[in-house]
Amino acid sequence: MPQKLIDQSSLGHWVAALIAEHKVYGVQAKADRFAFDALTEADDLRLDHDVTILPPKKYFHPPQEILLQFDREAMTFESVFHAEPFILLGVHPYDMAAISQLDKVFSMDHRDRHYLARREAATIVVCDVQTASPEVFAGCMGHATMEGQSGHDMLLTLLDDGRYLVDPVSAKGEALMGPLAHAPEADQAALQARKRVWDRNRRQLQKNKLKMKPSELPGLLAGSYDHPVWEERAELCYSCGSCNLVCPTCYCFDLRDELNWDLRTGRRLREWDGCMLRGFAAVAGGHNFRARRADRYRHRYFRKGKYTWEAYGEIACVGCGRCISACTANIANPVEVFNRLLEER
Amino acid sequence: MTAPRPDETDIYLPRPATLIETESLTAHERFFRFEMDAGVELSYRPGQFLEISMPGFGECPISISSAPSAGGDRGFELVVRRVGNVTRALHGLEPGDRIGVRGPFGAPFPVEDALTGHDLLFICGGLGLVPLRSAINYVLNRRDDYGEVTVLLGARTPADRLFTRELYAWKLRDDLVLEETVDAADPSWGAHVGVITKLIPRLKLAPENTRALICGPPIMYRFVLKELEKQGMSAEHIYLSLERRMKCGVGKCGHCQINGLYTCRQGPVFKYADIAAVREAI
Ligand SMILES: Cc1cc2nc3c(=O)[nH]c(=O)nc-3n(C[C@H](O)[C@H](O)[C@H](O)COP(=O)(O)OP(=O)(O)OC[C@H]3O[C@@H](n4cnc5c(N)ncnc54)[C@H](O)[C@@H]3O)c2cc1C
Ligand code: SF4
Ligand code: SF4
Repeated sequence: MPQKLIDQSSLGHWVAALIAEHKVYGVQAKADRFAFDALTEADDLRLDHDVTILPPKKYFHPPQEILLQFDREAMTFESVFHAEPFILLGVHPYDMAAISQLDKVFSMDHRDRHYLARREAATIVVCDVQTASPEVFAGCMGHATMEGQSGHDMLLTLLDDGRYLVDPVSAKGEALMGPLAHAPEADQAALQARKRVWDRNRRQLQKNKLKMKPSELPGLLAGSYDHPVWEERAELCYSCGSCNLVCPTCYCFDLRDELNWDLRTGRRLREWDGCMLRGFAAVAGGHNFRARRADRYRHRYFRKGKYTWEAYGEIACVGCGRCISACTANIANPVEVFNRLLEER
Repeated sequence: MTAPRPDETDIYLPRPATLIETESLTAHERFFRFEMDAGVELSYRPGQFLEISMPGFGECPISISSAPSAGGDRGFELVVRRVGNVTRALHGLEPGDRIGVRGPFGAPFPVEDALTGHDLLFICGGLGLVPLRSAINYVLNRRDDYGEVTVLLGARTPADRLFTRELYAWKLRDDLVLEETVDAADPSWGAHVGVITKLIPRLKLAPENTRALICGPPIMYRFVLKELEKQGMSAEHIYLSLERRMKCGVGKCGHCQINGLYTCRQGPVFKYADIAAVREAI
């Protein structure tokens, strides 16, 4: 597929053309931070963002969504699928890695058509990181760039000369190239320049430094179940679930019914849940299988570094650093936890 | 990988079933017999569960208590303890009322393979009889395929005993040994008093040839397992059905994890050898 080179103003025209024809969500400034939201003006797009408050996961696995509609009297249930096509602009490589993990989770054995419908409707435009966030460590997790990763439809990279390299990697991505038909094709020099951006990002997206390879985590955790770190840090935990809420790889959910005013029809909702919340493993009869904060705290890190590896072949931390900033108790830094386990092994 | 196929079923979509018969078993537990609509069959194995929908109230996992017949089944039986929203709504149902059903889900007891030809020891604590009843009746329907059958039953009080008529019928059989105990007896009680573990040493087990099937409240497993190990039983020969908080039933929602295992997929029936080292299991 042809890779193109465009300058900043052509980028603006191209985004405006996309907005005119498609439903587009993109990264925008929200006070002094950034968030994905519906994009109506090309100028609002901020590809220089460091990290978004919530990951783009919300477009595939929303905080709340309707799965079914029902009629209690007729006892009929009808699936609700959301399949309106949309374009997602400005996804960082680590967040794309997280989406690829969710793809595995929701398509393995019992395939989840609600997730898959939204996923199929999306065209994902990844943008290489231009500004490192204060806590990012995607470079340690192997997710600083799209090299060796897939799932996206297009990759944008800001080169050092101020131009963007536009690289469509799927049919959906190529379908967005129409307005760029006359832009020059990227030459070898541009591809070399992109490599330099990647090399730099791999080095710079390491604001926290993990002192091991991610693939060593399952083994490290296997020997750390009774390490004092779980009790010590959980001592400060508010069980607020913020670390779950902002995490691009967390996907646990609850199902809940809501009735309409007729008390006859209604809907079944799926809503985000979090393993750090107190009642997550509570059952009727008063028993809670993870009643202690330390049990829940340890579960989260084992899930990130070991359980998902065993189930899906993935380390479920992509190094976005969001949980580090989100935690008021300042105990949610995965790198601190893992490094300490390594040092005190 | 991710493109949904239009002919794929929606894993969250319940199918309707109609209540045929219901009966109160204790102050908190009710028996239900449902039937799927004409032409719809559930093909289930003992130990599996269903996600039962009371639309407007929600959904919850309930074990199948009936034994499957040779072909598929339109009918299935449940026992529900009234503890919250969905279970309370279920208790209000009358024959002819309808519910939604997803499933069956989960790993069953290996009644067709690993258990055949062996002596079977069923250990049922309280509501644990509900899923084990499916396996017990399955075995009784093919009695010649198995060796000695022993059923140990624990209840809090005599008034908490489930399926009293059926228990009486089992008691009368000469090809099944039923031993019962209650935590607190009343003057009418003629059997054992005390925890269920106390019944185990009294049995004349042939540990090599015995396969144990266990289901009960969370607290029960540790003590029962210790006692079975004392009797010389191998972890390879013990099967447990475990309960956890569960929402989706299909390995997505994350609630039922026991460390890295999903109770709804790898369980609810686990071989003890497979979970002996799993710290959150027992
Ligand atoms: C595989 C499996 C098989 C089962 N088989 C059976 C069966 O055969 N029969 C049977 O009766 N039950 C069975 N259960 C248990 C049954 O699923 C639960 O009792 C049921 O989900 C309760 O639903 P509810 O809506 O009635 O209660 P809810 O309204 O959801 O809750 C009831 C009570 O649970 C507690 N609770 C719920 N959520 C929380 C929370 N977040 N934090 C703290 N406490 C909480 C509260 O005390 C609450 O009052 C089984 C469970 C599993 C996993
Ligand atoms: S665990 Fe923290 S750093 Fe890792 S992916 Fe989740 S939010 Fe990002
Ligand atoms: S670790 Fe921090 S963010 Fe997570 S639940 Fe505890 S206090 Fe909240």
